[in-house]
Amino acid sequence: MKNRYLKNVVTLKLDSNKCTGCGRCIEVCPHKVFELQNRKLRIINKDGCMECGACAKNCPFAAIEVKPGVGCAYAIIMGWLTGSEPSCDCSGSSNSNGCC
Amino acid sequence: MENKSCCGSDNSDPKAKVIKVKPKVKVPKVKVPNIEGVSSAEKNRSCCGGSQKCSIDPITQYDKKDHWIIGEVKTVSGIVPRVSTQLVISDIFGAWKARWGINRMNYKINPGIYAVGNPDKDSPVLVTANYKLTFDTLRRELSDLNAWILVLDTKGINVWCAAGKGTFGTKELVSRIGKTRLHDIATHRTLILPQLGAPGVSAHEVEKQTGFKVIYGPVRAADIKEFINSGMKVTGEMRTVKFNLIDRLVLTPMELVGTFKVSLIIFGILFLLNLVTANPFGIYDFYGYGGALITGCVITPVLLPWIPGRAFAWKGWLLGLIWAAVINVLSGWTVSPTFSFIRGLGYLLVLPCISAFYAMNFTGSSTYTSFSGVLKEMKIAVPVIAVSIIIGTILILLNGFLGI
Ligand code: SF4
Ligand code: SF4
Repeated sequence: MKNRYLKNVVTLKLDSNKCTGCGRCIEVCPHKVFELQNRKLRIINKDGCMECGACAKNCPFAAIEVKPGVGCAYAIIMGWLTGSEPSCDCSGSSNSNGCC
Repeated sequence: MENKSCCGSDNSDPKAKVIKVKPKVKVPKVKVPNIEGVSSAEKNRSCCGGSQKCSIDPITQYDKKDHWIIGEVKTVSGIVPRVSTQLVISDIFGAWKARWGINRMNYKINPGIYAVGNPDKDSPVLVTANYKLTFDTLRRELSDLNAWILVLDTKGINVWCAAGKGTFGTKELVSRIGKTRLHDIATHRTLILPQLGAPGVSAHEVEKQTGFKVIYGPVRAADIKEFINSGMKVTGEMRTVKFNLIDRLVLTPMELVGTFKVSLIIFGILFLLNLVTANPFGIYDFYGYGGALITGCVITPVLLPWIPGRAFAWKGWLLGLIWAAVINVLSGWTVSPTFSFIRGLGYLLVLPCISAFYAMNFTGSSTYTSFSGVLKEMKIAVPVIAVSIIIGTILILLNGFLGI
């Protein structure tokens, strides 16, 4: 069975005018969010996006925009409590309850 | 050997120095890479310049006693440790310990360059993180291959998380290429990165700054060999992150360990309350709570795709509700006159929320939740969980103290 998460929440945006259809984003996306059609990129599975940011970071033409973040409740709670940006606190030595 | 004539007295025995730099017992927390980076860079600048003689220096600092290092490969840039592709008991035990959270943050190796088999200038270069579990997974898959492994300093964090934080990133990759003098070791200009490192690395930036072209390999190390043998072709299958039953199962120990401290506090409080209450807390509370915990931390993650609904907290709540109902019936709700309705209601309010909370926490271990999604889920779930637990606890306490 397929894992599915919430609908219509992700921040992924594509600027088709900047896209050259190089396909780099397809290469890095772990969830098959994109597809090339007639040498143009299309978002085919927006809800599958986990906002990892790989596509935006690797697009040489800055055609993709996404607010990357960790999909991790623990990180968000810690962010709320400490008033900082939520991030996986994997490196903290005292913390064995990290999210990864 | 040649080295002695070149590097003067203090550097006459590079290996002795290696062991000094990395004492086995107390691995300096974050400092290791810095020491290594500085010392190897300095050594070359101060003593040998560009001379070929110096190639006998180790590029990567390592401890000869480490059982997974099985020799050395000499390159124009220096000596590179050769690693075994076999995992032995201690690797497996180490992995097991790391999964249970024992000394997990110190399970790392020195960054630098390593060799597998008998690589030469044309052999592929694979890039990975310095979390030993990640490194072990990779080398195990490389039997019968000749390759270089470039290990980045991710502070002992796996590729995926380190990429998210940016420690497995463009900057570290570019500087590691420089520090290991990779340009001389591999004359081709191609690096193979794990696909899950892509959130941290900007491939076109790396190429601009170093001349190395980045190819993203498969998601799973198990596909590496097929990928290399097929001339670096990645199938759609290899590109996709899966999250199957086994993937989920191996993550649950960490979830459980994370709850121990909180659980002990709760049991402590119950024990103290027992000294003063009319209806003492007993075995039902103990396994009711324990069951809710296991429902949230283990059963919900394992059954994840089969539980109806999408939000993790909801899935956990649903299973927790079933558990609470079971507990109530087992405790004799509706039949036993000594089991209070108030208390039963309390369980129904508290236990599913405990499961829901821990299930929600599993979003961090999953491979498909987005930040926006988790945020949305939490904005609803956290207040509901809090209110429900408070009301439920009041009911249970009322029963405990007043016996109603
Ligand atoms: S990487 Fe950028 S330019 Fe290339 S296909 Fe994707 S969006 Fe278009
Ligand atoms: S952010 Fe990640 S998951 Fe989302 S589309 Fe980009 S690469 Fe794919």
